[in-house]
Amino acid sequence: MRLVASTRKISRLQNAFLPLVAVAASLVICALLIALAGANPITAFGIMLSAAFGGKFALTETLARAAPLVLSGLAALVALRTRFWNIGGEGQILVGAMAAAWIGARTSLPAPLLVPCMLVAAALAGAALAALPATLKLKLGVDEVVSTLMLNFIVMYVMMALLSGVWKDPVTGWTDSPDILPAAEFPVFWRGTRLHLGVLIAFAAVVAIGVMLQRTTFGLSMKIVGENPKAAQHAGLNVSRITLFAALLSGALAGIAGAGEVGGTQFQVIASISSGYGYAGIVVAMLARLSAAGIIPAALFLAALTTGADEMSRQTNVPFFIADAMQGISLIAVLVAMTLSRYEIKFRTVERTPHS
Amino acid sequence: MSIFGLALDIGFFAAAVRLAIPLLLGTLSELTAERSGTLNLGIEGMMLAGALAGFSTAAATGSLWLGVLAAVCTGMAIGAIMAILVVFLRLDQTVTGLGVSLAATGLVFYSYRLGFGETSTPPSITPFGTIPIPFLSDIPFIGPVLFNQYALTYIAYLLVPVMTFVLYYTPIGLALRSVGENPQAAAAAGIDPLKVRFFSLVVAGGMAGLAGSYLNLAAFGSFTFGIVAGRGWICLALVVLGRWNPIACAAAAFLFGAVDAFQLRLQTSGSIDLPYQLFLALPYVATLLAMIFNSRRTAGPAALMQPYDAEQR
Repeated sequence: MRLVASTRKISRLQNAFLPLVAVAASLVICALLIALAGANPITAFGIMLSAAFGGKFALTETLARAAPLVLSGLAALVALRTRFWNIGGEGQILVGAMAAAWIGARTSLPAPLLVPCMLVAAALAGAALAALPATLKLKLGVDEVVSTLMLNFIVMYVMMALLSGVWKDPVTGWTDSPDILPAAEFPVFWRGTRLHLGVLIAFAAVVAIGVMLQRTTFGLSMKIVGENPKAAQHAGLNVSRITLFAALLSGALAGIAGAGEVGGTQFQVIASISSGYGYAGIVVAMLARLSAAGIIPAALFLAALTTGADEMSRQTNVPFFIADAMQGISLIAVLVAMTLSRYEIKFRTVERTPHS
Repeated sequence: MSIFGLALDIGFFAAAVRLAIPLLLGTLSELTAERSGTLNLGIEGMMLAGALAGFSTAAATGSLWLGVLAAVCTGMAIGAIMAILVVFLRLDQTVTGLGVSLAATGLVFYSYRLGFGETSTPPSITPFGTIPIPFLSDIPFIGPVLFNQYALTYIAYLLVPVMTFVLYYTPIGLALRSVGENPQAAAAAGIDPLKVRFFSLVVAGGMAGLAGSYLNLAAFGSFTFGIVAGRGWICLALVVLGRWNPIACAAAAFLFGAVDAFQLRLQTSGSIDLPYQLFLALPYVATLLAMIFNSRRTAGPAALMQPYDAEQR
């Protein structure tokens, strides 16, 4: 008796439906976890829903929390599309945040230029950090999964060294960077909410990346490189250049996510400036089935989970960590859903057949 | 005091060994998975789950060894789940491993809060004491450094020659290595690559769980959210540094145990104004450099990260 999986094609409709099945499956697990904590899952889901979407404050808060997830999700999407396994989103977000905080505290720059300079610096920093593993992969064949992962920790420790070194507050001794200038704070476009420029940029980036992937030659060649690098080579595409570009774009998007957190939310670098947005971006991209249009609902789902779990942990005895667990569970669920739909799984009794 | 003055006494080297053991166990775990062709990014989650399973079982039963057993079983169970996903369903190893680590981490934190509540002082247990080995522990310097350690440490020592022997001198090891190099050829020779990869992930999970249990049953005596703190990811790095060989991997683990001990001394001494965080970054920097210098030679298993499909040859 053995498990045999064989391939079959799936329709577009199924493709769009799959993430919903995965989300439903992970919500069932979520309900079980809530019940395990001794709370009523229906009531708890009610609390989560109203905390995430009920009213102006809840809704805008969820949108603001979704912004870094959207950008990080796009960063993962662009890289994964060309099969550049960028696990380094976390580090790229951190260098973006550090670059933005450094520029944002410069008094030598004219005030109106501060915000644009922060964004550009963060994008460049993120792209530069992604350029290293991309170049190592393309020139020397160094596996990017491990190299991007290693860079996350190198950047994190450099940041911690800065926070407890040159950036440490000499008076209070707090380990966070100096505040950015008031002129460097991202403008809020809806008074009384946290909807800042970074949120707008994140949602605009979805449109831009979506158009690029669907409507431009470059977007199409990225897709071909990702699906079949050999065919791409035969078709005369410059696979290395396309991969490098995708890596740079991915790093830049992650960097901008970091700038958004500094310019729009924290106004300085703190140790928990990213708290896993880089890894969550991969979850977002997979839930979105690697399509730009799917990024927004996927990011909103994860953002709603955190705002919802925050409130739920205050009102019931369900620990907040349910949001963390759900991230991983929904990622696994969507991967399984994708695979189960693509393969027919059956149990087959096999005699030890001679191998051809 | 000079930098080196901080680091040349017996206490330092004994601490280095203590800090190296979880890395050693984790690295041997990752090595087992990778030699059969699976990159196990779930290791961080497996270690954390092992740590909690070990701690809560020991706290509930009062038996440290039952805790170790629970940790190993938990790791094996997660290894089996990971194997179903990446070996049988052929899901992408990178993303799945990340998912397993994320889910396990979230679930561990969740269950810890449920089981132990929110307290300012974490519950603790009396961890394993050190057992001096007769005669060997009397050897000057080496004795107190290597042979006055925990029982789990001696198990970790033994695992290095055992794994070397199994990997290079037994049919099981041959099957494991051949599946990691060329699963099609292994299948042609009558080995079932799926079965081999499944069991190596289960064994890898067990060792990762053991590594996790060492952290609170031998080293700390209590469970904290930061107990694993990226040690699983370091093990991924150490496998590359040790070039997929158990003895070289053990050397790499001891080296970074020493680095870890050194940065701890640096933190507590306060006499030298060097940010200790930069020392914490060292294993990662060294791995990156090793990958660059090794890139021309193909050191890793050839079929690493390639799913095996029995119908495609």
